[in-house]
Amino acid sequence: MNLLNYALPVAALLPFFGAAVVASSARFHRAAPAWCSALAAFSALLVLIPAMSGVFAGETLIQSWSWVPSVGLEFAFRLDGLSLLFTLMILVIGLLVTLYAGYYLSAEDSKARFFSCLLLFMGSMLGVVLSENLLLLLVFWELTALSSFMLISFWQHREDARHGARMALAVTGMGGLALLGGVLLLGQIVGSYNLTEVLAAGDIIRSHEWYLPTLVLILVGVFTKSAQFPFHFWLPHAMAAPTPVSAYLHSATMVKAGIFLLARFFPALSGTSEWLWIVSTAGMLTLLLGAFVALFQHDLKGLLAYSTISHLGLITLLFGLGTPLAAVAALFHIINHATFKASLFMVAGIIDHETGSRDMRKLNGLMKYMPHTSVLAIIAASAMAGVPLLNGFLSKEMFFDQTVVASGASSWALAIPVLATLGAIFSVAYSLRFIHDVFFNGDPIDLPRVPHAPPLYMRLPVDLLVIVCLGVGMLPALTVGPLLAAAVKATIQGQAPDYSLAIWHGLNVPLLMSFVALLGGITVYVFRARLFAWNDRHLVRIDARVPYNAVLRALIQVATAITRRFDRGSLQHTLAWTMGPAGLVAVAGFVSMDSPLFGNRTLMDFDPVALIAFGGLMLSSVLTVVMHRKRMVSLILLGVVGLLVSLGFAKFSAPDLALTQLSVEIVTVVLLMLALFFLPQHTSGVSSRWRHIRDAIWAVGLGTGATLLTLAVLTRDLSPISDYFVENSVSGGGGTNVVNVILVDFRGFDTLGEIVVLSIAGLGIFALLRNIHLHASLTDMEGRAWSTDSHPVILQTLSRLLFPLMLLFAAFVFLRGHNLPGGGFIAGLVAALAIVLQYLGNGIQWTSARIRTDMHRVIAAGLFFAIATGLVSIVLKFPFLTSTFTYLKWPVVGKFEVASAMIFDLGVFLVVVGATVMILVELGKFNLLQATKPGKHTKGDD
Amino acid sequence: MLIPLTPTLETALGVAVILVSIASVLSLIRLLIGPSVPDRILALDTLYVNTIALVILFGLRQGSMLYFEAALLIAVMGFIGTIALSKYLLRGDIME
Repeated sequence: MNLLNYALPVAALLPFFGAAVVASSARFHRAAPAWCSALAAFSALLVLIPAMSGVFAGETLIQSWSWVPSVGLEFAFRLDGLSLLFTLMILVIGLLVTLYAGYYLSAEDSKARFFSCLLLFMGSMLGVVLSENLLLLLVFWELTALSSFMLISFWQHREDARHGARMALAVTGMGGLALLGGVLLLGQIVGSYNLTEVLAAGDIIRSHEWYLPTLVLILVGVFTKSAQFPFHFWLPHAMAAPTPVSAYLHSATMVKAGIFLLARFFPALSGTSEWLWIVSTAGMLTLLLGAFVALFQHDLKGLLAYSTISHLGLITLLFGLGTPLAAVAALFHIINHATFKASLFMVAGIIDHETGSRDMRKLNGLMKYMPHTSVLAIIAASAMAGVPLLNGFLSKEMFFDQTVVASGASSWALAIPVLATLGAIFSVAYSLRFIHDVFFNGDPIDLPRVPHAPPLYMRLPVDLLVIVCLGVGMLPALTVGPLLAAAVKATIQGQAPDYSLAIWHGLNVPLLMSFVALLGGITVYVFRARLFAWNDRHLVRIDARVPYNAVLRALIQVATAITRRFDRGSLQHTLAWTMGPAGLVAVAGFVSMDSPLFGNRTLMDFDPVALIAFGGLMLSSVLTVVMHRKRMVSLILLGVVGLLVSLGFAKFSAPDLALTQLSVEIVTVVLLMLALFFLPQHTSGVSSRWRHIRDAIWAVGLGTGATLLTLAVLTRDLSPISDYFVENSVSGGGGTNVVNVILVDFRGFDTLGEIVVLSIAGLGIFALLRNIHLHASLTDMEGRAWSTDSHPVILQTLSRLLFPLMLLFAAFVFLRGHNLPGGGFIAGLVAALAIVLQYLGNGIQWTSARIRTDMHRVIAAGLFFAIATGLVSIVLKFPFLTSTFTYLKWPVVGKFEVASAMIFDLGVFLVVVGATVMILVELGKFNLLQATKPGKHTKGDD
Repeated sequence: MLIPLTPTLETALGVAVILVSIASVLSLIRLLIGPSVPDRILALDTLYVNTIALVILFGLRQGSMLYFEAALLIAVMGFIGTIALSKYLLRGDIME
């Protein structure tokens, strides 16, 4: 087994495992989360290194495993030049951000939560760029949206953080939905969801009648993610995130995911006039809008956010132009923008950290206080402006060159270089403002803190990024040359065009445009006072949140209106909607049936005992309903119903069901008794007579229908699927108890789902019930005070005596469950009731002092066993949850059958025990909390 | 090993089933008419005991061991159900 064959999935999934480790690492050391997180990113990088040389040579590495072939989903990963470029950005900048964030976060912030969310995000991003299968890519795409939501809303106590995160999630989530549609269409057109096939099918896609809807849907996904006009407005609000998050998500990764898709689909979708118009128009508008608005931001991060929007627009515009050389320029600018923007965000974070403000009206003259950082920021901002000898200059030159080439198309196209220069002028102006306003321009104005230089390790990532800016700017061919070449080759999927990474291309139009932009930018900045006044008068009121909120409100209103039609908060109403259509279908079925209602199967013999039992069952069911206002009495009657039903199961050869029914019955009784204590003893009749009649008609109608249906089925000789299970139970699952073999083997996957649901339900109930204080009645239903003897000694003695016996019985039921009635579920209920009995007989304090196991751990262990059984079979190259069994000869016991499904059953057992005990005991603790906190008690009585 | 059913044993089983059924019906009637809640709880408990008897008799008739375990489970579960109900009458709070 060559581990390198697993390098790609391992690299993509490593951060996810890292996130789990990081989440629990904080208890060991304060800095442990940051170190674990860095270690995860670093190992992902190491894992990929052996694969890199081939990719630099132009190869495409694909590692795939079949997953759900019927829908075209494969567990497939791909590493080519484009993926490699993004992978390196994600991991290297991720490492730097990790280092930076370790010093940025304050002691009150939960580092474990921050770094595990950061790793989740890193893993999702890696998944997006490394996916070969488009459906897999979509899954990771959605994960980036979710994990970025958690990162943006990291400071949950701040309203702007919550709103910003919600807006980002709503907008990008909508885009994700559109992308899903687009990718599904694309898969239908091509006939495969694998990128290799999709990229090779460009001609088919472009000439297909679905091309336009596919393109529009995919572009909506791209534009929302990469903050392109008109979906750009979420990005500035996402600045409520901690600055390391902005440095990572909003410079190098999250917003570049959309751009990545543009590059990825470039060979498949580009080259049509639709692509040219939609993509380059959106890019151009975004470029201009972002650059213009950025100038007027007073918040440092606001300026950087709009500047990011503008640069993303520039990259989109380049892809929109559609020529191979434009794609080269776009890829080059992706690298450059990531480096200078990440360093600028980090500088903004440093300034915020060391001065307590991000307002450029207050921040002035910081050069004196933090000279080193200031120089770094000035270099990075100059790169952003496109000053020669820095990396931003080179890609901007390429961009200008491409706009000039594009202008040849028509006289209208002459506007492209003109508008590009206009955008560049504003870009220079806001960069200049960033430099001049913050680091020079007099002295700081009432800052919350006296500015001082940042700690070394907070500045170090900026140092490194700025060195990259300089290195790429001066020696481009030596530094990014090979990486860019590999990325270009992968993006274009063909012969790479000739391009030169030199600094000096001679006196030409692009150089002139750069020159104009620099001069123009300086001029705009000099006359900024007038522009600012004009902006304050006219533009400042425009707020994208207004239309966004209006749309959101309208959507919520429509959704609420629809929901209200079906769900008015009344059980009868909801039931009518569910049962009504079901009843209609059933009536239609009865009417259209041309054979007689009842079949001609020979019926069983008449049995007087069963008749009496069923008479009792019917009588007590009816009385339960009639007496439902006396809750205690109806509960006792319900007990009779349950007992008789399980007797029926036992009589008609379903012993498993009988045992389960009986155990569930008692758990229900205990649960209801616990709840009854806090409920009124009697309910007054509130329903009107008319409602009674209406509900009676419903009940009788549906009951009759269900009875007829059951009779119609039972009187016929049908061939049920159970025959298959009965025949294969011993040979396939190694057990003679078919029910249990079905549960843990044939249908093991369903059972796994069920116990997961049970665990989640248990945890949910635990979370909901925590710290709830309820007030119970102090007298019983006849007005007498409760007895003072809380734990009668006979009860105590008996319940303790029963404990080991019941556990023994549970073990017995569990062990022989595979062959005779029993199994993990029933055994779990019996064991849970054994524990609950101790709580009933001896009290919560006595019992919890003796049974100290945390039920959360029991549930976790159960799920672990169940899932581990499945995973082991995968490791042994069998499908998930394949079970095996063998027969052992034990002394005394004799021949004994051991099945791997038994470990799975153990998982079921543990989950059932954990969830049942946790729910019941948590309910039982309501009153204990009251008793220990008398203050709460009196407060609620007023 | 189970003893084969002799005619005598079969008759005895039949009579026993009838007697226990009557006892069950009687306790069911007590449960339905009440009048007090302890009456009903006691009736439910008796019903559990009768059910155990019925299940065991049925198992004897069928010649199957399986029903003994069902009877054991009914015994345990019936006990806990009765405790929960009685504890409620005593204290209201069954888990304290």
